[in-house]
Parts: sequence; C-alpha cells; structure tokens
Amino acid sequence: MVWFRRPEGAERPTSRVPEGLWVKCDGCRETLYRKELERGLFVCPRCGHHHRVSSRTRLAQLFDEGSWKELFGNIHSADPLEFTDTKPYAQRLKDLREKGVRCDALLVGVGRLAGNRAVIAAMEYSFMGGSMGSAVGEKLTRAIERCLKNRLPLVVVACSGGARMQEGILSLMQMGKISAGLARLHAARLPYISVLTDPTTGGVTASFAMLGDINIGEPGALIGFAGPRVIEQTIRQKLPEGFQRAEFLLEHGMLDLVVPRQELKETLARCLAHMA
Amino acid sequence: MAGSPTPQFLAPLEDLRQRIQDAERTGGPAGRSEVARLRGLLEDEARRVTASLTPWQQCQLARHPDRPYCLDYVRGLFTDWVEVHGDRAYGDDPAIIAGFARLDGESVAVVGHQKGRDTRERLYRNFGQPRPEGYRKALRVMRMAEKFGRPIISLVDTQGAYPGIDAEERGQAEAIAFNLREMAALKVPIVVVVTGEGGSGGALAIAIGDEILMLEHAVYSVISPEGCAAILWKDQTQVQLAASALRLTARDLLQLGVIDAIVPEPLGGAQMDPNLAIRTVGGAVRKALVELRRVKRDDLPRRRFAKFRAMGQFVER
Ligand SMILES: [Zn+2]
Repeated sequence: MVWFRRPEGAERPTSRVPEGLWVKCDGCRETLYRKELERGLFVCPRCGHHHRVSSRTRLAQLFDEGSWKELFGNIHSADPLEFTDTKPYAQRLKDLREKGVRCDALLVGVGRLAGNRAVIAAMEYSFMGGSMGSAVGEKLTRAIERCLKNRLPLVVVACSGGARMQEGILSLMQMGKISAGLARLHAARLPYISVLTDPTTGGVTASFAMLGDINIGEPGALIGFAGPRVIEQTIRQKLPEGFQRAEFLLEHGMLDLVVPRQELKETLARCLAHMA
Repeated sequence: MAGSPTPQFLAPLEDLRQRIQDAERTGGPAGRSEVARLRGLLEDEARRVTASLTPWQQCQLARHPDRPYCLDYVRGLFTDWVEVHGDRAYGDDPAIIAGFARLDGESVAVVGHQKGRDTRERLYRNFGQPRPEGYRKALRVMRMAEKFGRPIISLVDTQGAYPGIDAEERGQAEAIAFNLREMAALKVPIVVVVTGEGGSGGALAIAIGDEILMLEHAVYSVISPEGCAAILWKDQTQVQLAASALRLTARDLLQLGVIDAIVPEPLGGAQMDPNLAIRTVGGAVRKALVELRRVKRDDLPRRRFAKFRAMGQFVER
C-alpha cells in the first residue's frame, strides 16, 4: 500500500534549492536551514540573495492562501518542426513531463491577491529554461483574454532565457501574439504588472516582460535583451560590474521598482489599488 | 554576415553574369549571339542551383551583398521620398530608415532596415543592426502614418537587433516590445515584406502587419543558424544542421502559417536582376494594399490580433 505520496500537482518547491535539511546559499555560500530559507520566501536571511522559485511556489506566495486555481493546464507543447538537436525535442518534452513538471514553462492561476481577484502567471524555469514556445504563448494569450472577459488585472512573473529555439519561427511569433493581446488589454484600460526575475532575457524581455503598466524587478535579477556572453563576444570587452542587473535597469529608466520578494505581494496590491 | 564574399555554390552564376557583361561590351553580331548563348547557360545553371538549395545555402543567398536593400526599393518603387530622422529622445539610427513616399501617386509611410554596400557604409549602418532609437524612430513615423491615414510598408532585412552595451542601456528590449504592442493597434494597413534576413526580435519589431510577404530566397528565424548551433549543438560549425532544423525558408514559413505569400525572385536570386526583384516586390505590395484598403480602419487591430493569435502549434489534453 502506498501511504506516502507527493500530492497531485506538487512539484519541487524550487528549481534551484536542492532538497534536504540543509542547503547552501547561492549568494554567500553559507549553509542554511532549509525551513528557515523557505519561511523567508527563499531569500537568504544572511545576504539577501533571491533564490529562484518554481512557478507553483511563486503563485502560492502571491495569491491569498487557498484562493486560487490553475487555468489552462491542459495546454502543452507540441513538436511542430520535428526538431532534433543533440536530442529530439519530443524526447525532451517527454522527459520533463515524466520528471513531473506539468505546466510547461508557464503556470497560470486565477484567485485573490490581497482580497481582490486577479490573474497571475509565473514562468517555470525548470521547463527548458522557462523558454517561450507556442504553449506559453497560447496560455498567456488565454490569460489575457480571461482578464478582458472578466475585467481582471494581470500579473506576469517572468523567468526565462527567451524564445524556445526548438519551435523556430513559431516561438518568435509568440512575441507578436502576446504583445497584440496586451494591446487589447491596454485599450480596455486593464492593469498589467510585469515582475522580472532572474533571469529574464531575449524574446521574453523584448515582448511582454517590458510591457507592464508597471515593471518590477527582483533584486539582483539579470534582465536584458541580448545575453551577457553574446554582448561580450560582439564588443570583445568585459562587461561592467552590475551590468544588466535589476538595479542597473532601474537606474537606466527601464524598471519602475526593484522590490525584495518579502514586499512583492504588498507592493502589487498597492499598485493594483491605484489602477482598479 | 553582411558583406561576406560570394558563397561557393553561387560562383558559377556570378561567373556567367560577368561573362555576359563582357560579351555585351564586345557588341556586334558575334557579341549578340554570344550573349544569347551565355544567357541560356545562365538560365539552366540558375535553375539547377536554386532547385537544390539547402537551408544553409538559402541563408547565404538571403545575405548576398548584391541583393537590393531598403533604399534600393525606395528609389525603385516610389517618388517624392522624404526621409525623416531621429527618435526625438536620443538620436538617429542609420540602421533603420523611415519616411514618406508616393506609390503610384499615393502617399505611404515606409520603414525598413538598411544595410550598407561598402565597408564605410556598412559601419555607418551598423551592418543593419538597429539600436533602440531606430525602433523608436520607426514607430514615430508609423504613428504619424496613422495620424494622416497613410498605409505603412515595412521592409525587413536585418541579422538582428544590435547586442551592445549602449543598446541595452537605452532599452533595446523595451523598444522592441513597445513596437510589437503599438504596431498591433495601429489603425492603418501595414504591409510587411521580408526582403533578406528576418533576424529574430530585431526583425519582428517592425514586422507586425496585416499582410506579411517574403521574398523567395529570404529567411526568417528566431535565431541565426550560427547562434543556434553554438547554443544547442555547442559547436558553431554545425550551421547546416541548425539551418535545416530551424525551418527558416519562405516555403517553411508559408507552410507554418507565419507569412501570407511568397514573392518570386529572378532566376538565381534577387542579386541576379535587382531591378526585376524590386518591380516584383512593388507588384505584390500594390496587390496587398488594394485588398487592405477594403478593410474598415477600425477593424484592422482586431484582424491583426486574430492573425497573430492563430500562430503557433500546441496540444490540448
Ligand atoms: Zn546568502
């Protein structure tokens, strides 16, 4: 008899923090008590490093407890190009599903944020680096359409390396599809807040992640269009310290706020209250 | 890369083209019959080469330095061209041109990427890789087009948006993203023609349109084969495999529902007869504009959304 099983739909609490009683901080290399880290929303109590969290943890952190349900979880990636690099794309998708990452690279939920109904979507980095393919584009477009239909605000937490190369031009077109959807949300005067977390680059930054009425970065997050390595190779120079970090973007006028994770929910609620 | 030497597989075509020019200079009955003979050879050879192009060869053809660029189309198709400059915020980006012109007497807005012909111009145009102010200039002109009810023609030919420190500092990602959203909402017809390289977000940033055309030998991709090979194969020499896997040719894109029509090129590619290529593009643009003029302006954003809404393939289960 199976008397202990992972609850349906549950995933590893974070994509980066390994399981076990003790974990090492990615920022300061200190050994931390796992429970303590979790209580602090996976922000290191010693150095403030923001560890990456799974999409499910993120939604649980932002929605009021027990108030939300998943949307569009029946949408999954296909393999329209029959793409094979060092491994067939179809196989990669199958392996990930078997590992238990069920939401593709985006998890959408509807529920209450500080008492008010909202749609929140969070990207799942453990699913092919949070890359945006057709499934992500479709789920986010449906999320936008749900907001339009029920006049709800939208919050998207980005965490992605960009477009999914394995879906070729179709993944590029998701940038257009989602942005055209956001144009309708904008015309309907509905609030959209974009939260950019580590890392947010490429086609995700160059579409919906930069289109918030308010763009919020997490401290220290890498945010940019081109990846640092590509830029280094192009200009053949070392990049300056802090380049493409959230604080750098704030200084250059691309973000409205850099908000520590402990204050994120409250900040979102305060912003949305000004927009409703 | 812009300005790369003629690829090997095109060498016989270039050679024949050179010999025809020489024979034309000779003149006389002997010269004329030699020209006719060589033209026949060229046609056969061009047919042979283009019938068996690999996706990687398509990329090389799309990057051919003798293909017509944006300003060549402007000169060949329009009258009364007025180029405008600058984003009114930071500067002017020569990698993107924007302005107004007349097509068959009617005023239209034209935006497009611009590559350079010689080393000096290539540097000046930054190899056709725009910075944020280029995208913002393009949007400024497109909004002006909306204000005055002019259709927009966008000519796409870039290896990508410029990946540099300054471009990042001034919000390359924001500039592209904002164009995507704003182009989707413009209430004037937008005809997009991918004339050479459709390089990822840097191309898409001026390519949200109602009718999306692509030249027969142009390519349009989420990433260059070089970049894709480096990331997925961890080996930059695997460009042939990457180019094939990405499905980036005009025929692929038509099949995937991303473009509306393919504009045929002169035998052997647009570089063989640039003027013919320009005229053919002109015909395709006119046809698209005639059809789009029938659509009510207020319906355009909804239709444009529906068009992009339909792109992508996924499973529901
Ligand atoms: Zn720490």
